[in-house]
Amino acid sequence: MSFDAVTAILVIPAVAAALLAVLPGYRLTARLNVLATLATCLTALSLFFSRPQPGPYLHVDDLNIVFIVLTTFIGFTTSGFSASYIGHELETGRLTPTFLRFYHAMYQVLMFAMNLALVANNIGVMWVAIELATLTTVLMVGIYRTHEALEAAWKYFILGSVGIALALFGTILVYMAATPVIGEGADAMVWTTLVAHAAEFDPALLNVAFVFLLLGYGTKVGLAPLHAWLPDAHAEGPTPISAVLSGLLLNVALYALLRFKMLLAVNPLALAPGPLMVTTGLISLVFAAFMLYRRRDIKRMFAYSSIEHMGIITFAFGMGGPLANFAGLLHMTMHSLTKSAIFFAVGHVAQVKGTQRIADMGGLTETNPVLGWGLVFGVVAIAGLPPLGIFTSEFLVVSSTFARSPWLAIILVFGILVALGALFLQLNTVAFGEPRGPTAAAEASYVPMFAHLALVLVAGIYLPPALVHWFQNVAKLLG
Amino acid sequence: MHSLTFDIAHLLAGTLVLVSFLELYQDRLYALLNVFALHAFVLALSVAWQAYAQGAPHLFVTAAIALVFKAIIIPVVLHRIIVRLGIHREIEKVVGVGPAMLLGMGLVALSMVVMLRVTADADPLAREDLAFALSVVLLGLLMMVTRRNAVSQVVGFMSLENGLVLAATGAKGMPLVVEISVAFSILIAFIVIGIFLFRIRERFDTVDLQALDRFRGERR
Repeated sequence: MSFDAVTAILVIPAVAAALLAVLPGYRLTARLNVLATLATCLTALSLFFSRPQPGPYLHVDDLNIVFIVLTTFIGFTTSGFSASYIGHELETGRLTPTFLRFYHAMYQVLMFAMNLALVANNIGVMWVAIELATLTTVLMVGIYRTHEALEAAWKYFILGSVGIALALFGTILVYMAATPVIGEGADAMVWTTLVAHAAEFDPALLNVAFVFLLLGYGTKVGLAPLHAWLPDAHAEGPTPISAVLSGLLLNVALYALLRFKMLLAVNPLALAPGPLMVTTGLISLVFAAFMLYRRRDIKRMFAYSSIEHMGIITFAFGMGGPLANFAGLLHMTMHSLTKSAIFFAVGHVAQVKGTQRIADMGGLTETNPVLGWGLVFGVVAIAGLPPLGIFTSEFLVVSSTFARSPWLAIILVFGILVALGALFLQLNTVAFGEPRGPTAAAEASYVPMFAHLALVLVAGIYLPPALVHWFQNVAKLLG
Repeated sequence: MHSLTFDIAHLLAGTLVLVSFLELYQDRLYALLNVFALHAFVLALSVAWQAYAQGAPHLFVTAAIALVFKAIIIPVVLHRIIVRLGIHREIEKVVGVGPAMLLGMGLVALSMVVMLRVTADADPLAREDLAFALSVVLLGLLMMVTRRNAVSQVVGFMSLENGLVLAATGAKGMPLVVEISVAFSILIAFIVIGIFLFRIRERFDTVDLQALDRFRGERR
């Protein structure tokens, strides 16, 4: 295989993981981690200009390039945040140097697995990559080895494994559906071949396969009845991992689901995957919106907010059509940027206050103005207020739904408003009022957080026509 | 169409479902592990038969993994772990034998109805295999939700995974089966190591090492 950019975004993290597993020293490894993710990100950007031909295992098309660039970019900024965050954890003794090596190596393995899942042109390879990503995040969630962290890791492990297992069954069924048309062997698992021939597949088999895939990968997306692992995993792991989980891994699972949805969309006799996705999306949204009110742990609260937004995104893709798909893509991008920025802020807040309990923090805007206002800004963005990017995308989702099925739009708006109320109630406790808890200045790196928030603000005011055009193309592709 | 090849494949896959039922009502961990070893052994036989019937030598690797790793190593290691944790005599029951069996039968009936209907024009060998495989998967899931002990949950997960391997080998000519079974073995190895390191006794209640040590101290 020739060495091109697609291979590079897999090789760089893999090599970096091997290096980081053996190199000692915090300063060196943290820098190397940032450097490796930066290199991956730049290589991914180069895919916009020259794109290699699809091979039997790897491919890049209009759809996954959006995901790849988003993943590698947030992977890069998070590694910047992680450097300062982990430095503090080392000082306080929550992490030992051995675990630090382990942490950095796992971070790169996770980047590798997510990139592989995105560029895989083979449903089997994609499955293996998502399994690898699950495994690495499980290990990272349990890294503090406290009672709660192990409990969260175990829960994530069991639920994630069951999800992964169901997804494999679905994958096998898709293969079974493909063999009569394409023939036995590796070709019947290649995306590009599958999509080209999907119209002739046995629709009944495809339907059953999609149900398994929706349950399986839906568990990883955090859709409502299967979300139980998500809040624990977000709350107990290191905060950079919460940011990557919310901002990226959920997207990767959703990407897998979208691919299979495209497969079904090509087949005229198969069931429409839309209503299933719309239903699970709405349930997730409304359920998570109500759950936001009673959260006492700040990271757990934002984890529920992630479920809520994944619900909106799944809903938008379920509605389908150029406008809703466009809105879904935009919302996914905006949510990833905003949510990771919020986790960057929350990570430093939790370090300053020495706790994650909402009741024990207060008056952040007075004691740590930069951090506090950054958090306020992030929450305003995630709640979907103008003029920020999430407002634009939520507005598009709502308006496109109103045009087609007003009843669904009413539920959607209800869910969004309930969540908005909850977020502001909680924000009020944390950011304003009487200062509570320790008030030391934070040794934070604000650059990643404000870079994300600035992007979200810009996107809310002005979307570059090139980006709009690109997203419109992808939206058409999604059907 | 009902050749000997078909009959033997059918017999082995059917036995796997039966052994899944056996697992369902074992209330002692020792006995459960023995039945699981049998489960993995039947799977190895079944996969080896498919390898022979389909003329696909790489499937023998999958069969060997099932035999060595899942039928021998994992049960032995788990035996040791439960002795170490002092839970080998424990009896657990969340759902009674009767309801569990009835639920299991319902699930098998469901998977037959679903799979046989949707695969009407598929290869009969693959078709029956798939229906049995789905039964094994669902029975494994049932076991996971009716047990509270971490070890028996893992056994449930492993039998679920055996069902997946059965499905993957039944799908004729499917690539990456060996890779997938290796990936699963790694996953399972991690889970088992996890149990050992973190000494998870009850599902999510006592992961606490100290609580466990205190508890064991009382028993001695």
